Amino acid sequence: MFVLRRIGQSAVALFVMSVLVFAGVYAIGNPVDILISPQADQAEIAQTIARLGLDRPLWEQYWVFLSSALSGDLGKSFAASAPAIDLILERMPATLELAFAAMVIAIVLGIPLGLLAGLKPDSWVGRSIMAGSILGFSLPTFWVGLMLIMVFSVQLGWLPTTGRGPTVDVLGIPVSFLSWDGLRHLILPAANLALFKLSLLIRLTRAGTREAMLQDYVRFARAKGVAEPNVVGVHVLRNILIPIITVAGLELGSVIAFAIVTETIFAWPGMGKLLIESINVLDRPVIVAYLLVTVFMFIMINLLVDVLYTALDPRVRLKSAR
Amino acid sequence: MLAFFFLIDDSYMLRSPRLFPGWALLFCIASLVQNVTAPAAELRIGLSGEVTSLDPHFLAAQPNLTVARHVFESLTDVDPQTRLIPGLAERWRALDATNWEFNLRRGVKFHDGTELTAEDAAFSLQRPLSIKGSPGGFASFVRAVESTTVVDNYTLRVRTKYPYGALPEELNSILIVSKRHALNAGPEDFDSGRALIGTGPYKFLRYRRGDRLELVRHDDWWGQRPAWDKVTLRIVTSDPSRTAALLSGELDVIEHVPSADIKNIIKNKTLRVMQTTSWRTILLHVDQYRNQPPGVTDAGGKPLARNPFMDPRVRLAISKAINRAAITERVLEGLAVPAANIVSPGVFGHNAALNAEPYDPDGAKRLLAEAGYPKGFNVTLAGPNNRYINDEQILQTVAQMLTRIGIVTRVEAAPMSAYLGRVRKEETSFALLGWGSFAADLALRSLVATPNADKGYGAWNWGRYSNAKVDTLMEQALANVDRAKREALAREAGTLAMRELAFIPLHHQIVSWGMRTGLSYTPRTDEFTFAHHFTPR
Repeated sequence: MFVLRRIGQSAVALFVMSVLVFAGVYAIGNPVDILISPQADQAEIAQTIARLGLDRPLWEQYWVFLSSALSGDLGKSFAASAPAIDLILERMPATLELAFAAMVIAIVLGIPLGLLAGLKPDSWVGRSIMAGSILGFSLPTFWVGLMLIMVFSVQLGWLPTTGRGPTVDVLGIPVSFLSWDGLRHLILPAANLALFKLSLLIRLTRAGTREAMLQDYVRFARAKGVAEPNVVGVHVLRNILIPIITVAGLELGSVIAFAIVTETIFAWPGMGKLLIESINVLDRPVIVAYLLVTVFMFIMINLLVDVLYTALDPRVRLKSAR
Repeated sequence: MLAFFFLIDDSYMLRSPRLFPGWALLFCIASLVQNVTAPAAELRIGLSGEVTSLDPHFLAAQPNLTVARHVFESLTDVDPQTRLIPGLAERWRALDATNWEFNLRRGVKFHDGTELTAEDAAFSLQRPLSIKGSPGGFASFVRAVESTTVVDNYTLRVRTKYPYGALPEELNSILIVSKRHALNAGPEDFDSGRALIGTGPYKFLRYRRGDRLELVRHDDWWGQRPAWDKVTLRIVTSDPSRTAALLSGELDVIEHVPSADIKNIIKNKTLRVMQTTSWRTILLHVDQYRNQPPGVTDAGGKPLARNPFMDPRVRLAISKAINRAAITERVLEGLAVPAANIVSPGVFGHNAALNAEPYDPDGAKRLLAEAGYPKGFNVTLAGPNNRYINDEQILQTVAQMLTRIGIVTRVEAAPMSAYLGRVRKEETSFALLGWGSFAADLALRSLVATPNADKGYGAWNWGRYSNAKVDTLMEQALANVDRAKREALAREAGTLAMRELAFIPLHHQIVSWGMRTGLSYTPRTDEFTFAHHFTPR
């Protein structure tokens, strides 16, 4: 029941989004104007517009899109000679790899650091963690990205500036983190993408920890003589994980969807870079397909997060409230 | 289990004075493998534009053609100064006004070892018109072609629909594919490398869309053997990242060095910059067809009785009010030369006798007063903000200069896609455009000729300037198969259009390549980056 309703809501969201994007891109201009060679004359421009079906009224173009979308065909890219969905799926592993690497960095560093800052809020350690997280929040991604490149690639020469390393196929999916060279390429963009999420998780964990430390069950555990690591690890951490998982889940979605800036700066051949280039030339099939895929992913991640709750907190049940 | 993991990590950090053990570890590992340099005979180039397809006939865009021209060649070629030179055709001549004969080089080998014949050339001239779903751009290059005849393996005759002297220039844009491999191949077969069989200096090795194309030398190439066994063309669209990749030594060459980084690269002892004047002319189209063009009002915001741009004195006043030297030196940091011509210096039909209009604000004010606008008027200047070098700053600067003589100018800058949309809807009356061409008559046909859809004239003549004399001269030039006569006519037509200020020329861009000091390149006016033209020095 719960899942069914979710799917219904998702379908409506996808439909509304496709209408909005379709109309929006149409309002901006005609892709042929920007794609076609400047030497083209009026006749060739008109022929090309007709060939791509852009001469028809908007509702008709949308209808053509919708009817083929329902049969699983999201249209062919105007600029590249391939189906839009293929272009996106081809680039998705790169983006997912980057996003997961970023989330791993954010979680592996963020929760312990947040816990530390929460346990010792007034120590210099706690203070410097918080100061660092403020920087992570407020510095713009593109600037941090360029600085990372300047410091670690240009000045120190430790890591490559841009690009994705060689890939290995795992279950048919090309991944780059298994080879050493691939990992080196991954570090900087993943760190750049992780920075904001890292700061977020630090703050969230810290706030949760501080609150939990004052709770009766913590005092009771201590009074009972439970060792400090157990108090923190079992009683505190377990109780603050729910909001952290929620945010981490949602943020994973946004990391995937908005890796655009990082991908552009690091010339990372992912979906975000594809989207930017498609917007530049008004490649509508790709833009629409990208957003549909992204919305779909958001929905799936939310669903997953909901399921995770039940595993973490037995009080949560997946059914509608009465 | 999860909690346990965090517990370990956390307690470790509580005891450890080091806050970022992960980072320290990373640095250690990374420093072990630094300075991974490429073998001497590899050239790694950073390209600035996204390549959308490897099919050489799919989309006529510069990034696609840059890549394609490593693998494929055309019948006619152009040298770094945009002058025609033999390509796959050793020589060509006009038999009469509408018949041309192209004599192919003998013994030219495709990458699969087969020999190039006139059949392949004839096929390649047809193919661009037959690709489904292509955003095109190639049809215009062969629109004059009536038919092709294969006389023998090395002779191709082309008949044109009308006398057309620019055929050799147009055919430079049509790359020759192998008929055997391309006959039933679609763009996807080129992207996979299967049909990517050309005669060019480099062969396909590997392609990752949006990332890089790897090529190896074609040892049977007829031309001078390139210095590089392997070439990697990497797509790095972000300007600062491209510079960083050059600075770090990861790339040997980058194209389109961002203006802000040129000084840094010159200062760096291991790097150098090579430059030339590009074929790209930056100009302002002015509305010369509507009585009340949009955005043009009196000082109070009310429409004017007539279109001030139609008065040649007003156009001259605008041209005089623009301090081109200041724009090229300050706004463009020396990356441009002031323009007075429709095409860049050295390009076919350029008139060296024309000088850029000197900066003369007082003269401009006098002209405005003479034309009946002593108090000036208001205009809106439109243009892109992501296409040409520092385009938005140019718009702002021009606006201030015009405002100084009383033409109060508001700037509307937008991304190229949105901007072109507005231009097509005829919502602009004063608009910036950049144009690159290797012949003045071809540029005139698109930019200045009276718009005429049947003849294909004036497709980019946004201001709809119209002068029968210019049209006739341009037509005569294009119809002339004698190159010397054609150039004289093209020059005369271009000069007349510029004297009348069909549009306001601003400057010709300068194009820059950044590279290791050990490399040399003859900078190309047409802005192309070709690995096989780089040499060690």
